[in-house]
Amino acid sequence: MLEIKNLKARIEEKEILRGIDLKINAGEVHAIMGPNGSGKSTLASVLAGREDYEVTGGSVSFDGKDLLDLKPEDRAREGLFLAFQYPVEIPGVSNVNFLKTAVNQIREYKGLEPMAAKEFLKMVRERKDLVEMPSDLAQRSVNEGFSGGEKKRNEIFQMAMLEPKLSILDETDSGLDIDALRVVANGVNKLRTPQNASLVITHYQRLLDYIIPDFVHVLYQGRIIRSGGKELALELEERGYDWIKEGAEA
Amino acid sequence: MAADYTEEQLAEDLKSKEYKYGFVTDIESDKAPIGLNEDIIRLISFKKNEPEWMLDFRLKSYRSWLEMKEPTWAHVHYPKIDFQNIFYYSAPKPKKKLESLDEVDPELLDTFKKLGISLEEQKRLTGVAVDVVMDSVSVKTTFTAKLAELGIIFCSMSDAIQKHPELIKEHLASVVPVHDNYYAALNSAVFTDGSFCYIPKGVRCPMELSTYFRINEANTGQFERTLVVAEEGSYVSYLEGCTAPIRDENQLHAAVVELKAAKDAEIKYSTVQNWYPGDKNGKGGIYNFVTKRGLCEGNGSKISWTQVETGSAITWKYPSCILKGDNSVGEFYSVAVTNHMQQADTGTKMMHIGKNTKSTIISKGISAGKSQNSYRGLVRIGKGAKSARNFSQCDSLLLGDQCGAHTFPYIEVENQTAKVEHEATTSKIGEDQIFYCNQRGIETEKAIALIVNGYAKEVLNKLPMEFAVEAQKLLAISLEGSVG
Repeated sequence: MLEIKNLKARIEEKEILRGIDLKINAGEVHAIMGPNGSGKSTLASVLAGREDYEVTGGSVSFDGKDLLDLKPEDRAREGLFLAFQYPVEIPGVSNVNFLKTAVNQIREYKGLEPMAAKEFLKMVRERKDLVEMPSDLAQRSVNEGFSGGEKKRNEIFQMAMLEPKLSILDETDSGLDIDALRVVANGVNKLRTPQNASLVITHYQRLLDYIIPDFVHVLYQGRIIRSGGKELALELEERGYDWIKEGAEA
Repeated sequence: MAADYTEEQLAEDLKSKEYKYGFVTDIESDKAPIGLNEDIIRLISFKKNEPEWMLDFRLKSYRSWLEMKEPTWAHVHYPKIDFQNIFYYSAPKPKKKLESLDEVDPELLDTFKKLGISLEEQKRLTGVAVDVVMDSVSVKTTFTAKLAELGIIFCSMSDAIQKHPELIKEHLASVVPVHDNYYAALNSAVFTDGSFCYIPKGVRCPMELSTYFRINEANTGQFERTLVVAEEGSYVSYLEGCTAPIRDENQLHAAVVELKAAKDAEIKYSTVQNWYPGDKNGKGGIYNFVTKRGLCEGNGSKISWTQVETGSAITWKYPSCILKGDNSVGEFYSVAVTNHMQQADTGTKMMHIGKNTKSTIISKGISAGKSQNSYRGLVRIGKGAKSARNFSQCDSLLLGDQCGAHTFPYIEVENQTAKVEHEATTSKIGEDQIFYCNQRGIETEKAIALIVNGYAKEVLNKLPMEFAVEAQKLLAISLEGSVG
């Protein structure tokens, strides 16, 4: 589904990604871990198409298409979803109206008719329950005045509504208490199918107790320096990053 | 129209980059010679078969206008207007009494269709009574008969002068005196039509009253006059909309609107102003120099102004409330959008005279392109305005880095028991907001429309339903091409 080859990117003059290789197949959950400043969030931003970053080398293919060639909205319409680390507030625009616009823009891109209002509202109700989203949050303005936990929950709700092929969760666990974390993780697990895939970016192993990854990668200084199964996350929790860093720097 | 307006249509509307009301209707018109002097005024009065007191009113206004100077304090810039190069009278021909829509010139009916107001539809479906003023002459007022049963008068100003001279004599220029300002004086001298509305004591007007203004002829000025009088305990909601053809030269629109509310009466006045704004480079467009004022004369009366200003090359407009009655309430809700080379200097005046008077001001300015958008507001608490209250909120939203937003609040308080609050914010549409929308599959232009409508929601919610939809659409269209 996603194939990243030797991806390099910088912001202003600073090189942050220095040759990333990663392949994700349908049905898989990959976790990317790593110390602060290793380039985890940059990778998420570059894949989503944020303009601040300049890609200086490598390629990314998404379902056979050159992802880096697509505008951010077209990447989303192709099925790439980013759950933001810091979701943005849009005052005065209700969540439902926002999602309706998004759903219909995606449908238009795929040559489908806009979704009927009734059908859409039914979908809102179903997906809201699936991710345990309180009713009033769906009606309120996008993220405005939401607590940290509510914002993250709203990201997962949007993900449920937009049915992406690949979801990138950028430090979705940051700032969440254990209950909120469980709700968010449950949502992600429920949305998991053999056709879609997830890339979970996290600082801590904690989230991976709830979202069990098939593969774990360690990102350090802009490169993946080690990959393994879910047990790698446990080992990192126990031993920290230093032992791998030493290996990488040696 | 509101009910079946869909998102596809919005998308369609968004695609048309041009001002879509820019057509010219080919209707023969009856014009006075160009320029302005006492003879022209006599001619206008003669053409309209006016009584002598009306001619005197006009001449008196003209003479005071001659002694006045154009105001220059507004934050707008434009070449000097040649008042002798304007036609002051232009009426669509043939002008005869119309009893039914069949008698209306088909060209004209076609114009209404392009404007999105089919009179037949309106008659049947929406229950909105419409008075259409084209090139300053009122063409047709619908629903007059039905309203008459309730004692409501809703007719063109010309008809009102003929049929209700005592009411016009009593109320005309009682809120905006002829010498009030340069453009009000000019309007008083040369206005050719407009609307008059009278709601008798205790009557709640059962439908929205609506006027559409349109400038059609080249080089004509539009000077309409609106007067709304609400007697004790009555209620009326009044809407006005405006459009004009695309023309390379600038055209002048100098209207006067007067509202008068007696004890416990309420007037709600909503405007969607979409005069031609000129092209991208600032060529052409309407100079919109308008005086709007409401007098809350009786105790417990209320006047509420809501405006969505998207058109005009230059807007100079301050719908105001004089809160004379005790416990009277004034409200001003405004969204003003400027794009390309447009300039707007708009706001309100709240004059607190009576005790316990309250006013609310919510102003949302949106500037894009190279435009300049100013809020100018005065809150004045007089000596006798014990326990008066005002709350003002002025927000500015900027798109891009070549536009300007300015706020000029004036507060004058002469009574210590008053409470006046003013809040102001300035923000930019964030790159992060747009990226967030993009990441959900929403293209940038649509993202901006969404964000802007969210920003203006507080004001849009004050509009009657059918206007709110039109206004949302207009906001999106006005801001097209403002990013990139």
